[in-house]
Amino acid sequence: MSRQIVIPFGPQHPVLPEPIHLDLVMEDERVVEALPSIGYVHRGLEKLVEKREYKDFVYIAERICGICSFIHGMTYCHAVEGVMDLPVPPRALYLRTVWSELSRLHSHLLWLGLLADSMGFESLFMQAWRLREHVLDDLEATTGNRVIQGVCKVGGVRHDVDDRKLHEILDGLDEIRPQLDDLVNVFVRDNSVRHRLGGLGVLTEQQAWELGAVGPVLRASGVANDIRQTGYAAYDELDFHPVVETAGDCYARTVVRAKELFTSIDLIRQAVETIPEGPVEMKVTGNPKGEFYARSEQPRGEVVHYVKANGTKNLVRFRVRTPTFTNIPPLLEAMKGIELADVPVVVLSIDPCIGCAER
Amino acid sequence: MAYMKRSPWIIHYDGSSCNGCDIEVLACLTPLYDVERFGIINTGNPKHADIFVVTGSVNEQNRQVIRNIYDQMPEPKVVAALGICACSGGVFRECYNVEGGMDQVIPVDVYIPGCPVRPEQIIDGVVRALGVLEEKRARMAAGENAEVTA
Ligand code: SF4
Repeated sequence: MSRQIVIPFGPQHPVLPEPIHLDLVMEDERVVEALPSIGYVHRGLEKLVEKREYKDFVYIAERICGICSFIHGMTYCHAVEGVMDLPVPPRALYLRTVWSELSRLHSHLLWLGLLADSMGFESLFMQAWRLREHVLDDLEATTGNRVIQGVCKVGGVRHDVDDRKLHEILDGLDEIRPQLDDLVNVFVRDNSVRHRLGGLGVLTEQQAWELGAVGPVLRASGVANDIRQTGYAAYDELDFHPVVETAGDCYARTVVRAKELFTSIDLIRQAVETIPEGPVEMKVTGNPKGEFYARSEQPRGEVVHYVKANGTKNLVRFRVRTPTFTNIPPLLEAMKGIELADVPVVVLSIDPCIGCAER
Repeated sequence: MAYMKRSPWIIHYDGSSCNGCDIEVLACLTPLYDVERFGIINTGNPKHADIFVVTGSVNEQNRQVIRNIYDQMPEPKVVAALGICACSGGVFRECYNVEGGMDQVIPVDVYIPGCPVRPEQIIDGVVRALGVLEEKRARMAAGENAEVTA
């Protein structure tokens, strides 16, 4: 038996946009075990609820993570609205759905690009990010911001988007559709991509479930679990099916996310075509009292926001459980037995978002 | 050989940011903004870098990492603090695990505020950093210490 050595990976590493540290216990080229240490990006923002009023806290919630910022803001609002039992106007819920799906589009394109980069497929990275800019333009045109939108608030959304603009989004998505098809085709069919990803970092259905995987990681292992099916925002009125793959390897995770691009476009179309007229916000008075769990499907999986309020303008407790955090144990399992050169790809295959995970 | 004035190599580190600024840094490298056409390259090796682009704020655990990257960079070098987190702690400055802006650990030359910073602002900041880099280089050529700022 060969000697074991430990190789540190991170916190500053070229493939990682964000810092996480892994100690890789190696035997020759194979990873025997990966030991994570986190805490480089911890801010402690949950405790900030004691200093910010519950309505103002939305802007902190949006900054839990810059990639899936809108859905964090929305889930926080759902949680507070749940405590206060507010009847949020349906048009606001539809707009939230449209923005959620645009966020998913931009996040998945971002991830596809980063994955390509981790494989050394630089031009594919550039193509994915070029298409992503179209989605960011839509977000900017409807919310005013590219990355952190700041458009959700307790009781609705900050401003309406007229129907003409909403249909322009659809036209824009139609326009980039052929390019998206081309892009996805490379990820799904290209020989070298399949060669790099197939059979790599496998999680069986049982492992994924038992270790608490969520989102595309879970769905790529054959479990049809998508929190959007619980019907928050306007999802209960829209028709979609979770994308499921069964192989549980990096390739399956890629295929799930690639196909979800089209689910998202379809959901945006349905939402725009059926969006009801009406106000987009309601007056919120008084303070929340009670507790509530709100769950949403982030691009990376299920996110849970828990709030507890005691009738004052500051919440007593706010807690977030983010998808990357729960996806780390499955990642460590998937890393066992892979080769050192594949570590970046496998780490990226869970779409790690450390800003979220550590808050 | 003439000194390269316009094509700095950049190293990026995320202190404790929310990601928002980091993905905008990456967006600068991709086709719409494409700073690589000017020869600006994002490197992972501190010893290759001229400009240290740092996002997020300082905490006990990353203080040493930031210091290490900074110390490994060869002179002349410029630090650009990107986003209000890196400038002052930003929206998180009252959090218990946030000690403040990057200037708590390393000397910051260029502050680029914004939450998140837009790619145009990032490019503008890098251009400003180039000016500082040139000044430092001139000071070094004159035999002075690059880090002494007037
Ligand atoms: S400045 Fe704003 S967008 Fe940038 S890392 Fe900080 S919180 Fe995020």
